[in-house]
Amino acid sequence: MSRQTWATTVAGMILSVASVSVHAQGSAAEGIARYREMLQDGNPAELTVARGEELWKTKRGPKNVSLEQCDLGLGAGVVKGAYAQMPRYFADADQVMDFESRAVWCMVNLQGMDRAAITKSPYSGAGQKQTDIEALAAYAVEMSRGMPVNIPQSHPKEKASFDRGRQAFYMRGGPYDFSCATCHGVNNQRIRLQDLPNISGNKQDADRAFTTWPAYRVSQGALRTMQWRLYDCFRQQRWPELVFLSPTSIDLITFLGVNANGAKMDAPAIKR
Amino acid sequence: MKNKAILGFAGLAVLAGCATYVAPTKEESMQTVKASFKERGPAKLDRLNQTEIQAVCSDAQMTGKEVPKAQREALEKKTLATIKFPADGKYLGDFKEGERIAQSGVGMQWSDSDKTVNGGNCYACHQISTAEVSFGNIGPSLKGYGKLRGNSEAVVKYTWGKIWNTHAYNLCSQMPRYGDAGILTEAQIKDVMALLLDPNSPVNK
Repeated sequence: MSRQTWATTVAGMILSVASVSVHAQGSAAEGIARYREMLQDGNPAELTVARGEELWKTKRGPKNVSLEQCDLGLGAGVVKGAYAQMPRYFADADQVMDFESRAVWCMVNLQGMDRAAITKSPYSGAGQKQTDIEALAAYAVEMSRGMPVNIPQSHPKEKASFDRGRQAFYMRGGPYDFSCATCHGVNNQRIRLQDLPNISGNKQDADRAFTTWPAYRVSQGALRTMQWRLYDCFRQQRWPELVFLSPTSIDLITFLGVNANGAKMDAPAIKR
Repeated sequence: MKNKAILGFAGLAVLAGCATYVAPTKEESMQTVKASFKERGPAKLDRLNQTEIQAVCSDAQMTGKEVPKAQREALEKKTLATIKFPADGKYLGDFKEGERIAQSGVGMQWSDSDKTVNGGNCYACHQISTAEVSFGNIGPSLKGYGKLRGNSEAVVKYTWGKIWNTHAYNLCSQMPRYGDAGILTEAQIKDVMALLLDPNSPVNK
């Protein structure tokens, strides 16, 4: 089935589930959990995972090498379990990096690609094919499925990333006065019928928030990454645009990741 | 010389993995945030300059410590004095238009244009008209708002003020400042007022 057809089919299924939950406030989450179960064996993210794996192993760029020598923190070439331990400090870059930052770093430093060109449009538009970064993130996170989140906090820069991420999480700003914590700091809150995880104060919610991204977004017919998740939250917060791979994007992912330490990765997930 | 010796010692301590970690200051964290965003559409970078209330309330939520009573009351009082009440003394507009404004969640995002008519997005957080079952729960239910409270001058003025700038009444409320921040026009706020207070509004049926 093509991506579009698939999305339409699933969108129909969600609508029917949603109409059930509309009559029973508060059960939206149950409905979504049910359709997630129904789709367990057919997450279209699998197509993106497969493309990501191919991209990872194909010789590309001016230097004509694959990404198989890219060090994601567990040694050159080790992809299995690496996503679950990022963001982390990388001595060669002297910087804390999440997966997406590190993938770009390897594309630039190993394959010789142009950073500006790769990072110009990191997220696929409506109806477009998934970007290389999205595909690589899908593959890498699949290779951590079922493994415990273990974001390191031993290097001073890893600790600083967490602390800045925590400040950013609580920072109210913009014309709406919203922070991340406005919607994600209290248990059992909803926007319309959408349940909001309490990321700072509820371990179970924090676990799910980190372990289920990247995810296939049915409403968009596309896989979305953790960088995208933050970028689109800030759009709705009425903030300016969060720059892809910016320090704050990494700091927030560190904050979310450390809060989810010990949970098992379960991505790419499938979401509304 | 002495400085070099200190730096050298600090370097060794880091290498040795000693406990030399110093957490970034709030100022440093804020600078990092400001360097991580770019202007797009109507969303300019000055949106990241915090107001005093934004800063005080961010800290309060992060630390879990309430804003001290005297400070809270002083800021609420200062805010109350800035509320602009309608010059023509008319507080209620059209409740049907108010319902449309309450339903609309657009405006002021970088994905919106300068020409987008801002909505109030009230249902994102509040129950309002009984017919709308897709409502959030971050704010209290407003079902039967006017029927329960009447429309005395005190109720009408409080409701206007609350929509104009909620911080005058509850310093760290999570509700946007619809009048103060220019999210809704005076005419739009009148329509939302009618949705809440007009006896014929579906909210009060």
